[in-house]
Amino acid sequence: MRRIDLVRFAGGAIASHPMRSALTALGVVIGVAAVVMMVSIGQGAQSRITSTIRGLGSNLLIVSPQFNQRGGNFANQGFQGGGITLSSSDADAIKAQVTGLSAVAGAVRGNTQVIAEGANWSTRIEGVTPDYLVARDLEIGKGRMFDENEARQGRKVVVVGQTVVTQLFGENTDPIGQRIRVGKVPFEIVGVLTPKGQSATGQDQDDMMLGPLDAVRSRVVGRRARGDVVQQIYLKASNGDQLDRVQEDVTELLRERHKIQPNSDDDFQVQNMAAVLESAQQATQIFTVLLGGVAAVSLVVGGIGIMNIMLVSVSERTREIGLRMAIGAKRMDVLLQFALEAIALSAAGGAIGLLIGWAGAFGIAKVGGWPFAVGSSAPLAIGFSSLVGLIFGAYPAWRAAQLDPIEALRRE
Amino acid sequence: MAAAAAVAADAMIDIKDLKKVYRMGDETVYALAGVDLFIGRGEHVAIIGPSGSGKSSLMNILGGLDRPTEGVYAFEGEPVGQYDDDQLAGWRNRRIGFVFQSFQLLPRLTALQNVELPMIYAGISPAERRERAIAMLTKVGLGDRKGHRPTQLSGGQQQRVAIARALANEPDLLLADEPTGALDQHTGQEVLKLFEELNADGLTLILVTHDHEVAARAKRQVSFLDGHIVKDVGEGSPPPPPGPADAWRKPA
Repeated sequence: MRRIDLVRFAGGAIASHPMRSALTALGVVIGVAAVVMMVSIGQGAQSRITSTIRGLGSNLLIVSPQFNQRGGNFANQGFQGGGITLSSSDADAIKAQVTGLSAVAGAVRGNTQVIAEGANWSTRIEGVTPDYLVARDLEIGKGRMFDENEARQGRKVVVVGQTVVTQLFGENTDPIGQRIRVGKVPFEIVGVLTPKGQSATGQDQDDMMLGPLDAVRSRVVGRRARGDVVQQIYLKASNGDQLDRVQEDVTELLRERHKIQPNSDDDFQVQNMAAVLESAQQATQIFTVLLGGVAAVSLVVGGIGIMNIMLVSVSERTREIGLRMAIGAKRMDVLLQFALEAIALSAAGGAIGLLIGWAGAFGIAKVGGWPFAVGSSAPLAIGFSSLVGLIFGAYPAWRAAQLDPIEALRRE
Repeated sequence: MAAAAAVAADAMIDIKDLKKVYRMGDETVYALAGVDLFIGRGEHVAIIGPSGSGKSSLMNILGGLDRPTEGVYAFEGEPVGQYDDDQLAGWRNRRIGFVFQSFQLLPRLTALQNVELPMIYAGISPAERRERAIAMLTKVGLGDRKGHRPTQLSGGQQQRVAIARALANEPDLLLADEPTGALDQHTGQEVLKLFEELNADGLTLILVTHDHEVAARAKRQVSFLDGHIVKDVGEGSPPPPPGPADAWRKPA
């Protein structure tokens, strides 16, 4: 017989029970929609995490203090210096002794109130050395960055983010040369950072200001700070291949400077952002596979629904099968008719599920604030749902084809 | 044997020592216990007998729905008794038309689509099968009922659609199993009349019935009992063997 007629038989059977067909396909619709949504969420989350980590800067190593158990509780080890052992001199030593670095910047940070012309804004201030701009891949949009001299002299100058400018002076004002009060200390604005917009996590990256490390440390964030402590040292390797070597050198140098015994733990940690990125990507990958796997279970449940209905259908249509055989249907014709019916139901469910899954993933991406990723979900969804139809339709179709025409025709 | 050879020239069905055995537990049941039957082209034969006599088993084998346990079934020289499932399906499709007591029309198809069905399995193009289906429906007097579904037709009309379907692939043999069993007296007569017309046009016809009035309208009557032919009379029946008139009858 002609193949097109087989397709017509399958289509006719599906169309003759629209409600039943729709409900049967619904199982696959839900399964495929779930898989598409979960995979898309996983991919979206992954790209968000990736861009968050990339946003910190490229070829970046971050040295932070590592609080040890002996130092009391975490709260007491805050900026007051209870446990912080990193200092500007560590940063200087790294700069002097470790090769392959294009930027070394110590940093402290705190939250503060800024006041200008009666306007008042609460923001984040970071006290840094000028290299920080290079390490973090930041750029000056207007004005200039303070230089080493200004930093050393403890000059009270700041570079501000666009959000701070807008909040204090309004949209289209040039704030260069304006004086503002940071906490109780007057500072002069010398530059404005190029806007970076929202970070992948939804944080406003322009709501911050940068000031010289010494001035900010002593006058703004921690007047009681001991000596020259820094909360972080940002290191930028001049070349990505050097990251591991630089990380080892820095660790060795700091252990030596901090006089750490060979068997003791470090009192600092050096994070390689490339490695962090890699492990975060691995984690989200596993997460994606896991979510997809859970969703795939519902696809299997949908397949079982198809098998169930196909078995019912074969049993209901036993006489029809007997008649078809009597008038010349070969066993393979019967097998293909029922298998095609199952595959068509499943594939149709897959197509509808794909659209619903896309819509859902799009909505969740909007809410979650990450890019909507379609990936390879379309061929996967159609392929998998057809496969489900084939697998779960095979047994009922085989049962139909094995019927004895005489018995089948006699069935009530 | 010269006469027998002359008859064999236009043989359609040639059955020799046909047996159909069922095993039910330890018991062996002979549905057909060695049947010899010869039916020529163009005959009109009624097979009669009570239920369990073996007439249905014979019909199933004649129509290629079942295979004999032992013996030979040749259809126009073809060894149909030895065909496999697919060969039988193709052979049924081309050579046999089935008419059933309960019509066996597919309820969600129209009359026209029901008649087209055997032609679909024969691989005939949509245009040609539609044309032929219309011709067949017209032949059975239902040219104006093409688009009706079985539920919209009377019993007699449904059986006519079934006959049109049986004729669709221009078979050599029409097998009818109690074709009037589900019909009232009047419509039953009309269906039988249609059969007689088809036979007059040259179609070979075998019908199974337990209704003696229906059987009487056939040209030849073959009676079954306990898996044996007990009587075979009418046009085309074998000549009585020499010796006592009832010597061919097997002992009870």
